[in-house]
Amino acid sequence: MTLSVNQLQCSRGDICLFEGLTFELTAGQLIWLEGKNGSGKTTLLRSLCGLFLPDAGTIKWKGELTRSTEDTFYKDLFYLGHQNALKLDLNPVENLQVLSRLAGESVSEEQADEALSRFGLSGYEETPVRKLSQGQQRRVALSRLLLSKASLLILDEPFVALDAAAVELLQSVIVTQVEQGGMAILTTHQALPIPEEKLIRVSLDRYV
Amino acid sequence: MFDSFLALLKRDLLLALRRRSDIFTVLFFFIIVVSIFPLGISFEKAVLQKIAPGVVWVAALLASTLALERIFANDYADGTLEQMLLTPQPLSVLVFAKTLAHWLLTGLPLVLIAPLAGLQYHLSASTIGTLMLVLLIGTPILSMIGAIGAALTLGLRGGGILVSLLVLPLYIPVLVYGSGAIEAAMQGDVSLQPYYLLLLAFLLLALVFTPLATAASLRISVE
Amino acid sequence: MAINWFKYSSPSSFYPLAGKMIPVFMTLAIVLIMGGLYWGFFETPDVLSDQKQYYRIIYVHVASAWMAMWLYVVMVAWAVLGLIFNTRMSYMMASATAITGAIMTALSLWTGAFWGQTSWGTWWDWDPRMTSQLILLFLYIGYIALQSAIEDNRRSDRASAVLAMVGLAIVPVIYYSINCPDPNECASLHQESSLKRVESNILIAMLVVTAGFWMYCFAVILMRVRNIILLRESHTQWVERLEVKK
Repeated sequence: MTLSVNQLQCSRGDICLFEGLTFELTAGQLIWLEGKNGSGKTTLLRSLCGLFLPDAGTIKWKGELTRSTEDTFYKDLFYLGHQNALKLDLNPVENLQVLSRLAGESVSEEQADEALSRFGLSGYEETPVRKLSQGQQRRVALSRLLLSKASLLILDEPFVALDAAAVELLQSVIVTQVEQGGMAILTTHQALPIPEEKLIRVSLDRYV
Repeated sequence: MFDSFLALLKRDLLLALRRRSDIFTVLFFFIIVVSIFPLGISFEKAVLQKIAPGVVWVAALLASTLALERIFANDYADGTLEQMLLTPQPLSVLVFAKTLAHWLLTGLPLVLIAPLAGLQYHLSASTIGTLMLVLLIGTPILSMIGAIGAALTLGLRGGGILVSLLVLPLYIPVLVYGSGAIEAAMQGDVSLQPYYLLLLAFLLLALVFTPLATAASLRISVE
Repeated sequence: MAINWFKYSSPSSFYPLAGKMIPVFMTLAIVLIMGGLYWGFFETPDVLSDQKQYYRIIYVHVASAWMAMWLYVVMVAWAVLGLIFNTRMSYMMASATAITGAIMTALSLWTGAFWGQTSWGTWWDWDPRMTSQLILLFLYIGYIALQSAIEDNRRSDRASAVLAMVGLAIVPVIYYSINCPDPNECASLHQESSLKRVESNILIAMLVVTAGFWMYCFAVILMRVRNIILLRESHTQWVERLEVKK
């Protein structure tokens, strides 16, 4: 189970963000993506997911081009971008259930309740997301992590808007997933408690 | 796949149920447009009957384009659309679920309110029947073609007016045969079957091809 | 001999090639249009069926109307090439073609209005051909509007390409519905071609002018595409070198 990126090149408008980007990620590893603002971190994550079409280069999942095997790739992928992908008029449980059914999985109400309570949201199950704070909304979105069976996590600034307790919880969730043989790519300014040999640092500033 | 389709359809209907005003704005727009034509043209029964097919259809076209922007705009803004693109399901199936929900919320109400317009324009009961039937076949085509336009103009400034510019010319065949059928029904001695068959053919073609085109457009626009 | 077509799909090699082609097409256009118009104005009968001298606008009118339709197909062809091979040059050609096509459509409507005014006494008539031409203009306008509404070049190229393809797929249906609004009366779409009734001298002049219009359109499309290339590639080194040379 590997994600291999070879000679990837992406540009926004007329500006080339990075070129010749090559790395490999295997089970149990985590990539910490670094780079200045505007260096193309989000663009890289989006092109790994297939949301953005790179100018050149290949992205392979389990040895196959992700472009041509989207349905199997997306079964293994969990992506969370800057947006929470929550419907403000639905309550957290409904949101979690709809999103997992869209992905072809099914989540019972109890499972959803449990995931929400681990992120400190018990008591808010029936509240429309509209009435939750920014940080709470982010936590609802992140509790999907506990329900997902995906082995590749791609997280864009997952720690933003979280308080210290939630940051710690999220870190432990990610670390557990990775230690159980999953893999993750994320951008963040926090330090992660992960042993150096399992952590790959990729800095985009070097590829401009 | 079918499960995801149902989940999305149910979600969109549930969301609309929680914000009911959105359904009614389109409906009232249709009623108002239909009602102001007599004020501008004439109250004479013969004139009204003459213009009724065209007026009802043009009002339906405008109401449909007016509602188009909303098909994908919310999902785009809150990131749900990205998640839809990243599911193992074929995007065109999800797109079809959204379009169907959109038609149920904006097209079907027009079909149901159409008898009111028929009464305003002194149409006979059988003509009103034809009117409802052609609207029932025609409005889903409008939603499906419109969805392509909505996907292409996703997130653009002035997207609402732009989308009408793109899709109104593409609505012409539906307009021509939709209002043609009503006119033929008023004459009475003409066979209506060819109109129904043509519109049904358009509906089938739209069912097969538009979800693919809309899915392709969404991928381009989300990037 | 095998030519590497993809070599010319890069703007930097297409730009000089287009520059060399423009004078050729322009010369051909001038020769053909002048020749055709001369033949049409002085060597053809004064009266065409019941129409007098003013029918001679036909040489411009028909040529522009044909160009309007053909250029739409050309535009879609470029757009499809762009979507398949992901070549920027194809999209640039498509958008350059769209503007020329829209101008040709407007020209045919304008000359048609003059002709209508002199022969039927009306500037506009909802006859199927004029109506289809008007709808074609709307399709061009939609394409151009979508393209200019999207700031990101890549998205605007690909989105407008999809729109053009959808338009081309629906165009036959639109034409059918305009030509045959009552399906009870026309079961088949066999319209008698008016070309057969035209006198051969007039036909020759018309075809020559049309060939000239093709050449003219090629020339202006290439000129326009050179401008688009410069605009989009202004940050690249080869464009900078171009400026130094001048």
